[in-house]
Amino acid sequence: MQAVLWSVLKLLIVLTFILLNAMLLIWLERKVSAWIQLRLGPMRVGRPQGWAQSIADVLKLLFKEDIVPSRVDKVLFVLGPIIAFMPALMVWAVIPFGPNFVSADLNIGVLYIAAIGSIGLMSIFTGGWGSNNKWSLISAMRSAAQLFSYEVPLVLALIGVVMLAGSLSLTDIIRAQQETAWYILYQPLGFLVFLIAGIAEVNRTPFDLSEAESELVAGWHVEYSGLRWAMYFLAEYGNLLALSALAATLFLGGWTAPFGLDFIPPFVWFLLKTYLFVFVAMWIRWTFPRVRIDQLMDLSWKFLIPVALLNIALTGIGITIFS
Amino acid sequence: MEIVFWITAFVVIASAVGVVTMTNLIHSALLLALTMFGVAVLFVILAADFLAAVQVLVYVGAVMALVVFGVMILQRGPMNLSNMPSKHVLGGLFAAIATMGFLFWGLGSTEWPVSEAAPAATTVEPIAELLFTKYVVAFEVAGVLLTVAAIGAIILAKEVRAGD
Repeated sequence: MQAVLWSVLKLLIVLTFILLNAMLLIWLERKVSAWIQLRLGPMRVGRPQGWAQSIADVLKLLFKEDIVPSRVDKVLFVLGPIIAFMPALMVWAVIPFGPNFVSADLNIGVLYIAAIGSIGLMSIFTGGWGSNNKWSLISAMRSAAQLFSYEVPLVLALIGVVMLAGSLSLTDIIRAQQETAWYILYQPLGFLVFLIAGIAEVNRTPFDLSEAESELVAGWHVEYSGLRWAMYFLAEYGNLLALSALAATLFLGGWTAPFGLDFIPPFVWFLLKTYLFVFVAMWIRWTFPRVRIDQLMDLSWKFLIPVALLNIALTGIGITIFS
Repeated sequence: MEIVFWITAFVVIASAVGVVTMTNLIHSALLLALTMFGVAVLFVILAADFLAAVQVLVYVGAVMALVVFGVMILQRGPMNLSNMPSKHVLGGLFAAIATMGFLFWGLGSTEWPVSEAAPAATTVEPIAELLFTKYVVAFEVAGVLLTVAAIGAIILAKEVRAGD
């Protein structure tokens, strides 16, 4: 009984963490985009810097009327946003916030995350198909093509890290980096592939073809409004946060402190590194234009996958020579 | 743990029945994904977590590919009639009973070894070792077979395009 209560408590903590951070990320995105475009962004709600804007937005969305269009596939329409939240939540089970501060230190952590990632597509497809709308359908089909293509280089890029650490457990990977150096130094190619494929996996510009506003209105969530739409939106930022946390864990040493700055607690280091990647993703989003669908496919199959394979070969050769 | 098994088993069987009885192709395919997911949970209960992750990665992902092909290739008429049951009731019944009988015979006549030993803590290394030593030929042949299938599919698609 104690164990069950403890698990429920952990789940609630993680859920609160994701929701709070997702709201913070939405505010941050608006501020960063404003900064890049020489604007001010939200300023009125909450001083300083309009910090309460996201809270006001979420409250507004909570109280909106729940509209289910009459000709949608009701089951799928309702299921879509719920499935969207699943992977964003489940990923956090294995990510270490600090030493001995992880919900479940699975010894197949990396593989678990890759497997969970493949569920993400399902939420977009259920919502996009269930909406019974041509834009949603085109968006769902595009996402299917995109996520299939980018899952391959993403997983291949992780293999280099796993080879170096000799383990699939995220805690072990961090410990291995503590002993040698951050894997971004050993795996620059792998990191590049991971970053590009990761941004494509979370559907952000320049790879946001599935919600390309200029042609598809909003993509798979055209028909959604109110709380259901908010769930899609929060899940998207939850995914971004999870991806950044994963990048920080695998390539920047997770919670370990660099340069012997041990007096700052591990949890803070973890958050700092995670937010560094969040900022890079936002920077990329507001700097690059959206790619075309054929460029998107070419980038994955003709560039990222060969480079990822080369990286695996180089890592193997390196390990053989230096050990 | 027992109750988790029974719940999962119920979900797996109920969703598998749903796959066959649903008349909408998309609903069937998504239920198939649920079946696969349930099987992965069964693997977790059996302490085969590597297999469970691969099950989700490969099969749940494959179901989405199936859905996409289902939408692109097989659509005819309204979607809620896209996966109608077959009219060959007698043939189907015969095939189902024959398969069930064969499975029961196979499962019943096999000596299932029971071990008291605790399940291995890590399953990745032992599987890798087996794949690259004892089963290396089967493993490589499967890889070659998949490559051949992929290349064949690409050639077929290319030739059709050149022909129009």
